[in-house]
Amino acid sequence: MERIPILRMGRFLLVTIQVDMHDQLALTLQDDLTQRIVADRARGVLMDISSLDVVDSFIGRMISNIAAMSRVLDAQTVVVGMQPAVAITLVELGLDLAGVRTALNVERGMALLQQSGA
Amino acid sequence: MNTATAALAETLRKHESEILADWLKEQAAVPSRRNAVHDAETRTLSRDFLNAVQEALNGSGADNVGGSGYSRARDLLAELSASRAVQGQSPSETAMFVFSLKQPLFTWLRRDLEGDKLAEAMWAATLVIDRLGLFTTEAFQKSREEVIQRQQRELLELSTPVVELWDGILALPLIGTLDSGRTQVVMESLLEKIVQSGSTIAIIDITGVPTVDTLVAQHLMKTVAAARLMGADCIISGIRPQIAQTIVHLGVDLSAVTTKASLADAFMLALRRLGSRIEAAPARV
Repeated sequence: MERIPILRMGRFLLVTIQVDMHDQLALTLQDDLTQRIVADRARGVLMDISSLDVVDSFIGRMISNIAAMSRVLDAQTVVVGMQPAVAITLVELGLDLAGVRTALNVERGMALLQQSGA
Repeated sequence: MNTATAALAETLRKHESEILADWLKEQAAVPSRRNAVHDAETRTLSRDFLNAVQEALNGSGADNVGGSGYSRARDLLAELSASRAVQGQSPSETAMFVFSLKQPLFTWLRRDLEGDKLAEAMWAATLVIDRLGLFTTEAFQKSREEVIQRQQRELLELSTPVVELWDGILALPLIGTLDSGRTQVVMESLLEKIVQSGSTIAIIDITGVPTVDTLVAQHLMKTVAAARLMGADCIISGIRPQIAQTIVHLGVDLSAVTTKASLADAFMLALRRLGSRIEAAPARV
């Protein structure tokens, strides 16, 4: 089965979404990520969605949910590299991802995590 | 082709130069902004137009003004309408070009024909000229609309510049009313520029926005939210005293956004967030 890889970098987890997100994939990611946060005792999650150029309300909601779940497990989530078109779509859908931190690219996202999670 | 149309075409052919001369005299009688170049142009255009109508009458008769036989006459009229629309003439002035042909044409028809034949030929002439006149007005309107649309597009592009104030700081001075169409353009150009320049702070200056109502505020909030999703913070600046009052009276909640009264204040805040500051250097004499 297709899976999105979750990489460990120190105390943070790195998720890079390189394929078209479909609903089942998003659900699997949600499962895998929560398990890995607990297993690795991760303090932060960096989600890179720079290659994602189409979103719908479901995927938007999944991103928001994953962030909320990580927060419950005491891990900060930073979403990085969102495309302009994706940002506009999410705003038009009324999903402003409240509580999710954002950064322009992976480097800045990492800096943000290290600042707050250290 | 019926006999009336044939008679009309015949008269046009036989007295072409006289009709043209009379017609030009008619046109000159209409007061308009004229000059030598304009007169020469009008003469050429009128002659070509008479030829085109004559051809069309021979080819496809008086009824089918929308058909292919009249395409040359229509093209000439469209060209005329377009150039007059750009010159700023009124639609009736433009339509008079065609309508002023009536009198000279009728005069010559009366000399050539009589009785029922005259009446029928006159009817055919009226049909053709009226339809061509209507076409002129339509073409005129269309070219005016094109001018307006082009100006709107230009206005849209002109009024949404995104400028880089400092390394990592963008400014978006908004001029004019914000509607949903413009918000879309503004949002897109801002987000594109954020990606392109890697800026983390964007200052939206609304000094040039005449009124802020709930809709405009909502559009602003959307832009701010979209920029935040990409990882850039927005500061809204240039809020005039009246606008501050309106916003509060309308119950718009801007608490999620940093707001500053002037662009200078917003810029200072942006510099502070980036860890830079401006200090006075000793003055050089």
